[in-house]
Amino acid sequence: MNRATATGFLRERAQQIADLVAAFKSSGRIVIVGASLAGLRAAEALRHEGFSGHLTIIGDEPYEPYDRPPLSKQVLKGWVPADHTALPRVRAIDAEWRLGVAATGLDRVNRQVHLANGDQVPFDRLLIATGTRARPWPNPTEAALDGVLTLRTRDDAARVQARLAAGPQRVLIIGAGFIGAEMASICCELGIPVTVTERGSAPLVGALGGVIGAIAAEMQRDHGVDLRTGVSVAALEGDQRGQVRRARLSDGSTVETDLVLASLGSMRNTEWLEGAGLAAGFWGVGCDAGCRAFDINGVVTDSIFVAGDVARFPHVLYEYQFLTLEHWDNAVLGAAVAAHNMVSLEPDRRPHLPLPAFWSSQFGVNIKSVGVCSFGDEVVVTQGSVKERRFAAAYGRRGRIVAAVTFNHAKWLEYYAAQIERSAPFPPPAPGYEQPEDRQPVPAAFPDPRVPTSIPDVVLTGHDPTERGAEFRAPSR
Amino acid sequence: MRIIVDLNRCLGYAQCVFLAPDVFTLHGEEALMYDPNPDDAKRLRVLRAAAACPVQAIVVDRLDDTEGGATS
Repeated sequence: MNRATATGFLRERAQQIADLVAAFKSSGRIVIVGASLAGLRAAEALRHEGFSGHLTIIGDEPYEPYDRPPLSKQVLKGWVPADHTALPRVRAIDAEWRLGVAATGLDRVNRQVHLANGDQVPFDRLLIATGTRARPWPNPTEAALDGVLTLRTRDDAARVQARLAAGPQRVLIIGAGFIGAEMASICCELGIPVTVTERGSAPLVGALGGVIGAIAAEMQRDHGVDLRTGVSVAALEGDQRGQVRRARLSDGSTVETDLVLASLGSMRNTEWLEGAGLAAGFWGVGCDAGCRAFDINGVVTDSIFVAGDVARFPHVLYEYQFLTLEHWDNAVLGAAVAAHNMVSLEPDRRPHLPLPAFWSSQFGVNIKSVGVCSFGDEVVVTQGSVKERRFAAAYGRRGRIVAAVTFNHAKWLEYYAAQIERSAPFPPPAPGYEQPEDRQPVPAAFPDPRVPTSIPDVVLTGHDPTERGAEFRAPSR
Repeated sequence: MRIIVDLNRCLGYAQCVFLAPDVFTLHGEEALMYDPNPDDAKRLRVLRAAAACPVQAIVVDRLDDTEGGATS
């Protein structure tokens, strides 16, 4: 082949590839499963990227996408109705909406999503954005008692708000994570007596560790919360009408209550992917940093993408560990990257490498964080005053800063974000004024990782290279 | 109308609270609370608040009619 022919051949190939991409963008079929923040923002980003083919959005809730953070704050307070949380649209998406019907299966061979009503929706590319749901109270009989609720959806929020407005005698909140703590804060604002139980040593201990958790505990007690740490709820008891009346705690005490709010964390919505051969399970859906899903063998797929709370992806800043981030901006940023990569070929693909960030407002304090606090093993208060609940603290691991948290000190967070992004030394030099006297790092006191329950065993099967693969087996007890 | 405030971005400068106090309010010293679906009559004030935000954290819907919502 002479040089001219070779150049012509390459040019022709490049043209063919460009034509294929253009054809997909104009007449391909993309299905998004999950109609919340990540699903909506991905749909908008796909149109922004020039995708004009058929777009379907599937969601199990009957509502158009709404924002969840206000539910545990403005909505429970009674200021904003639960149905006044619909997300603003930033561009037209011209999608076919399948709302109020859950996806129940994925057929990767025939590229179809199966729906609860028996329909099959074909796709060329699929985005999984099914998120999480509230972990229910584990005893189904007790969970069915009148006055035992969880908080995740718009409907949940409307129910909890109505109960709070009716003036319960005492609210019991089981679990002092962020949702539990925010609900306790609202109870205090509404003047409703509230007891909080937490199995760990302090509120927020899983996310922020025991040192900062102890400060969160003081905040709760100062506002009149009856906080009980290191105890769990052994049983919930109801009256003859099935209304919850009391809780028996593991320390032998009882709490008289007529409204129990179980805030036990979340469960990832992956059951519908059972049998689809993806790396999907209780840990979420495994994917690469370009949002492409892994199959069960850990091989990356070409046509299935993941975004939002359900995505578990490797993060370069955290030793390439696979992380799920149930944070608002992870859904927004992940959706944009997934959408871009769904309509782009390899050299143009982007990584999803967010600096994790979240906020929570409780007991009049704005708690904000960047990085992954639980990745750190030491913590130091770098600025402000813990006593006044206006401070910044940094988390370190092996001499590097990995995260920071601020209590009513958000304007300094950017400083720490920049330090974390360049893996700066820990403890970091304190900026500005208001430096506390004691700047000695102490152990951050995160609880030991617990052994998760009900993990399926993964086994390798097949001897021939063409048959070799992984398989999930039901958990062995 | 529909709005959303990126509270990762929000630093509590509270300019919006002065311009539209019935839509934006401070919870404590620094935490912003807001009405995500304020009445259309407040649109001009909300747009002013969004424009005044020093960190541009307020997103206002750009569509007059929001499509979608039909149950399958």
